[in-house]
Amino acid sequence: MSSITKTDLADRPGFAVRLGGVAFGQYAAAGLIALFLLAFLVVPVLTVIVAAFQDKHSGAFTLINVYDFLRNELFLRSFWNSLYVSLMSVLWATVLALPLAYITTRFAFRGAVMIQTLGIIPLIMPPFAGAIAMQLLFGRNGTVNLLLGDWFGINLPLMEGLNGVIFVQAVHYFPFILINLSTSLRNIDRAMEEAAQNLGAHGFRLFRKVVFPLAMPGYIAGASLVFVKVFDDLATPLLLNVQDMLAPQAFLRITSIGIADPIGYVIAVVLIVFSVFALWLASFATRGKDYATIQRGGGGLSKRQMTRLDAVFAYGVIGFILAIVLAPHLGLLLLSFATIWSYAPLPDGFTFAHYRTIFGESSQLITNTLIYATLAGIIGVCLGTAISYLVARTKVIGARWLDFIAMSALAVPGVVLGMGYLRTYYAIELPWGGSLAAFWGMIAIALGVRRLPYALRACSAALQQVSVSLEEAAENVGATKARTIRRVVVPLMTGGIVAGFVTSFATAAVELSATMMLVQSTADAPLAYGLYVFMQSPAGRGAGAALGVLAVVIVGICTYLSHVYLERRSAPSRREEGA
Amino acid sequence: MTHIDASGLKTAGISIRKVNLSYGSLQVLKYVDLEIQPGEFFAFLGPSGCGKTTLLRVIAGFNTPQSGSVTVGGREVLSLPPWKRDVGMVFQSYALWPHMSVRKNVAFGLEERRLPKDEIGRRVDKALELVGLGHLGSRRPSELSGGQQQRVALARTIAIEPTVLLLDEPLSNLDASLRVQVRRDLLAMQRRLGLTTIFVTHDQEEANTICDRIAVMKDGVIQQVGTPMALYDNPVNLFVASFLGTANILDGAMRTNGREQVFELPCGSRFPVPDEHRTGAKLFFRPQNARLALAGDQAETASVRVKGKVSHKEFLGASVRYGIRTEGGEVFADIPHARGEAHLPDEHIVGVDVPLSRVNYLPA
Repeated sequence: MSSITKTDLADRPGFAVRLGGVAFGQYAAAGLIALFLLAFLVVPVLTVIVAAFQDKHSGAFTLINVYDFLRNELFLRSFWNSLYVSLMSVLWATVLALPLAYITTRFAFRGAVMIQTLGIIPLIMPPFAGAIAMQLLFGRNGTVNLLLGDWFGINLPLMEGLNGVIFVQAVHYFPFILINLSTSLRNIDRAMEEAAQNLGAHGFRLFRKVVFPLAMPGYIAGASLVFVKVFDDLATPLLLNVQDMLAPQAFLRITSIGIADPIGYVIAVVLIVFSVFALWLASFATRGKDYATIQRGGGGLSKRQMTRLDAVFAYGVIGFILAIVLAPHLGLLLLSFATIWSYAPLPDGFTFAHYRTIFGESSQLITNTLIYATLAGIIGVCLGTAISYLVARTKVIGARWLDFIAMSALAVPGVVLGMGYLRTYYAIELPWGGSLAAFWGMIAIALGVRRLPYALRACSAALQQVSVSLEEAAENVGATKARTIRRVVVPLMTGGIVAGFVTSFATAAVELSATMMLVQSTADAPLAYGLYVFMQSPAGRGAGAALGVLAVVIVGICTYLSHVYLERRSAPSRREEGA
Repeated sequence: MTHIDASGLKTAGISIRKVNLSYGSLQVLKYVDLEIQPGEFFAFLGPSGCGKTTLLRVIAGFNTPQSGSVTVGGREVLSLPPWKRDVGMVFQSYALWPHMSVRKNVAFGLEERRLPKDEIGRRVDKALELVGLGHLGSRRPSELSGGQQQRVALARTIAIEPTVLLLDEPLSNLDASLRVQVRRDLLAMQRRLGLTTIFVTHDQEEANTICDRIAVMKDGVIQQVGTPMALYDNPVNLFVASFLGTANILDGAMRTNGREQVFELPCGSRFPVPDEHRTGAKLFFRPQNARLALAGDQAETASVRVKGKVSHKEFLGASVRYGIRTEGGEVFADIPHARGEAHLPDEHIVGVDVPLSRVNYLPA
């Protein structure tokens, strides 16, 4: 698509003549973006990698740090634990997602849309926020086990050690698999299945030989995302007091021993390598397998009518899964209103005190969050719009590299980015005193860089919808390149830009990996960090839960508003296009 | 489960009796009755939404009628699931599985039948050879052209040696230039295999050129069944008459004149009507059966003559199509074009002559 656009531009007579003046502006923009990415993504990550292979004192190249890492029983155990937890989380997320995806896409089923929507809800809450609530519900002395103990005398170790991390992560990240798998299933043309039936296949063989392979690319895309997210996550294991995993170890080394400690950087390198490897493996496994087979006029897989028995079974499964998935939210809500909740299936009493506490004492947390998330969103869409324009509509040399580098932020764990900022900028003094790495603006920049891939994809998708001829028409009637972009291109991209902003904003508001590394004083802390601090002590749990509820509400409102806005925008324009 | 004779294909007739199918209040098939002979190349022809594809899918087992019966080779199939019917279907979209090679696609049905490996290999080779794609077995479907994909879909269906072959708009996804060739190939293959074949199409030319018999459908009802020529020359109603080509229709009245049955046009001219057409209400003829008579030409005795004026003309190369405005409406006349011949000017007064043997009468 974009390559065609580029040759179109090159073929336009007169383009080369004006190139001098126009190209200067384009190259200036590209240069600024390159500088930004260099300063806040490439250099910090390289610094981390270099530090892993540097002698602590002389700075010479060495493999001694890697050797130390491999020799240390704790780090090896952490590595295996991280790998185990990530794989098990993928497995359990699959167990949650597969029935929901299958039932809602394959059967004529009332409430399928509701289930798909409900399934997305966990994503708008930070995973660690639910962790404490899950502890209270499913822990050794949690609601479920207290009841099970009373009734059957058994106790399920759902939240013990690594199990807890796996459980929380699976419940939190399964929507990635659900969304991707459902989309894949919906894109299978029903003739694919009918042809197999016509040739004699049915039942499970049909599913195994035709339906599942066709849905595989979607599943792999979702599963690899879950793997990377879990592998890199810092806050959830810390909050559940699981320290022998890689990300917590990296954090603990840096915070307890200091930024000069090389082992932390070796761990960071392992995190990067596995993230890149998992994403590469996924893209390798799905290369050339765009199995969207839906034909014009054709429908997706035929939706079967359920028998009464099917229906009872389906509703049972769905009810059970939704109960598990929504449990942390309900638990969090209960906790935020609870006076005391300990060793009891339900809280002893209810109160508004926690909300008073957070609004009274911690409103700074909320303000900080809004500022950081807004800045992160602005960074995301500004860079996203500029990069997508440079790639699709100009011949700026290296524009594709900007795109590639911006997207590579996807494979950089938050912990690593935070460590990189600390290592790179700690020595730089601000004019008004203090280290640049401790400056609150760095948190916003880190969040912006981490969310850049999402914003960039939203912006380039929007730009693809804007035909080049619309720009040419503006230039034809006398608008300069810069004015054309401002008055025609950007307004037409608004939908995508808003979507990119909201995604960045919402996810930045609950981020706690880079933030954890970078927050230096409570005055600069965002909501997610405050939540983490509150949750450390049993006394703070109520207030922490109230903060968590608030985070969910903020993110929920933003997502809903943008949804309404985009709907309203697209409704009239669809009519025009239809005419 | 019927066993397939490895030595050759069996062929079976299909009978469809009183098949009714509706989606909610929408009746898609209404009392469909049809008898298809073993080895016949049969077409379901009609505009989109007429129920032709639905009827095909009833035979394959993908749609279930509310009532009626369908037998294939004497065996009632409505109670069987699609995978037990041995009815081969080629889908409009071809429905080749993108995750399997061409060979894997073709072998699929044989593997489902748990045939021994060497026999599967042999039959896959044979089927690919039959469609001329023996050399492309290791390709993925996405690496093939549209025409090749269609032949793979055909090979995949033929390989299971079905008792009947169902083709759902098989030419609709092909380039116009390819269609003529593919339909000849289809016919040649069907004749060689002697396989009962049903071909669904909305294109009367496709149906006319390759099918032995056609069922014309509209609104879920079979309008007429017959050979292409019979349908073209003797349509039973207005729909069939105009769906299969350009039809000239003139209103008039059937009268009894003594012992004789006559048809009277609004202009007053009368023609004798043979007994078998005494229930007709409209006169029908094809444009190429008309001739134009100029003032002074003697009207032929055994012919219908209508007076009118030239309203427009289209030069089609081999012929000129004149539009003639008459008292009973506009009619078309195709007049062969000879080199250098001048055409009649607009508003020229002419008579349209059609020999009585070439007119037909239709119900209202």
